[in-house]
Amino acid sequence: MAVETDTSPKFAEYAHPDRLVSTEWLAEHLGDTDLVVVESDEDVLLYETGHISGSVKIDWHTDLNDPVTRDYIFGEEFATLVGSKGIDRNSTVVIYGDKSNWWAAYTLWVFTLFGHEDVRLLDGGRGKWIAEGRPVTTDETDVTPVEYPIVERSDVAIRAFKDDVLEHLERQGVLVDVRSPEEFSGERTTAPAYPEEGALRAGHIPTAHNVPWAKAAADDGTFKPLADLNDIYREGLGLNDGDDVIAYCRIGERSSHTWFVLTHLLGFEGVRNYDGSWTEWGSAVRVPIVQGSARGEHVSK
Amino acid sequence: MTDTELQPALAEIRDDFLALTMKERLQLLLEFSNELPELPPRYAEHPDLFERVVECQSPVFIFVEVGDDNVVQLFATAPAESPTTRGFASILAQGLGGLTADEVLAVPDDFPQMLGLSQAVSPLRLRGMSAMLGRTKRQVRERMHG
Repeated sequence: MAVETDTSPKFAEYAHPDRLVSTEWLAEHLGDTDLVVVESDEDVLLYETGHISGSVKIDWHTDLNDPVTRDYIFGEEFATLVGSKGIDRNSTVVIYGDKSNWWAAYTLWVFTLFGHEDVRLLDGGRGKWIAEGRPVTTDETDVTPVEYPIVERSDVAIRAFKDDVLEHLERQGVLVDVRSPEEFSGERTTAPAYPEEGALRAGHIPTAHNVPWAKAAADDGTFKPLADLNDIYREGLGLNDGDDVIAYCRIGERSSHTWFVLTHLLGFEGVRNYDGSWTEWGSAVRVPIVQGSARGEHVSK
Repeated sequence: MTDTELQPALAEIRDDFLALTMKERLQLLLEFSNELPELPPRYAEHPDLFERVVECQSPVFIFVEVGDDNVVQLFATAPAESPTTRGFASILAQGLGGLTADEVLAVPDDFPQMLGLSQAVSPLRLRGMSAMLGRTKRQVRERMHG
């Protein structure tokens, strides 16, 4: 049984209102049967310093990525992971995290690769919960492990690989580069103040629009209202319903946030996240790259 | 790398980590994080003296003091929202503080990799600690010749 949706007027405007819950809603529903609250942060220890009572932690790096191959975990590992967190296939999963839900959106996107149906974000994330003076605890959550079925990961609909991007370029598909302007132009290969993660070339994929991911977030970490998002993506980029879009960043985390906005808030159906992103493209042999702040053109082969 | 080359305080920290399970190692890192001391008043007023470790994801600043007796102290500051980075800084502050400048320079560069944390926090995050160690050594060299 899914837990009831949050009927806040702000969410009702979005394409999929059932993908968001407010801090008020979560405070009221904590402890509901069938609800599991998950924290996903950039910092692997932040959860331990204090988390929402009853929540469990899923770390983007140590839990969701395969430790050897550059890929996500597979169905069996996912079943073991989420089952150990008390999540079953019918659970309502609400994810929250630091930095405007940057990493929470990434975890939600990976849940979607496994077709977990009812997965939502806490609007405003960890920051808003704490700013409102809501309680956190360092008490360890008492989890009863459950059985989660082994579901094969399905990448096709929402994940793009390098070859998909090359094909997308040939078809003049829309690309959204959600990195900082400095990374887009090629002045640098990492986000300002972030560590070097190894790309050999700097710049962006030809024709990509540059819309830094955080443009979709308000100062308090919540998603901007629908009208603002329409201004940014529909008016700003000329996106229309039915457009195929691929979003990318450096390793696919910031673009998960944009993927969430385009898919669940604006209702675009053909949005994929290219998780190889710049750390792959910027090191790949003979793929086209444009430097400077102009989008550049794709020259068909 | 043999034990004779690792200073006792660092060896003890390493042994403490290695004796624990993965989950307990994270808890120990959190304890280190909580133990990172506040800056002494003479530095609290001087953010300009501190060097940002840009390789770390979160804002962390370090300053190395080399005393007349050639003894090193490492001071660091990082926000409470960055417990992992605080933990790394605290390990180095505790492990390097009180060593002579030459002893600090002799600390193996791969000390962060000896703590058994790669699996618990990911190798990517551990790079931040290596960068902190590298910058600490560079500051020691500068103070020695300065």
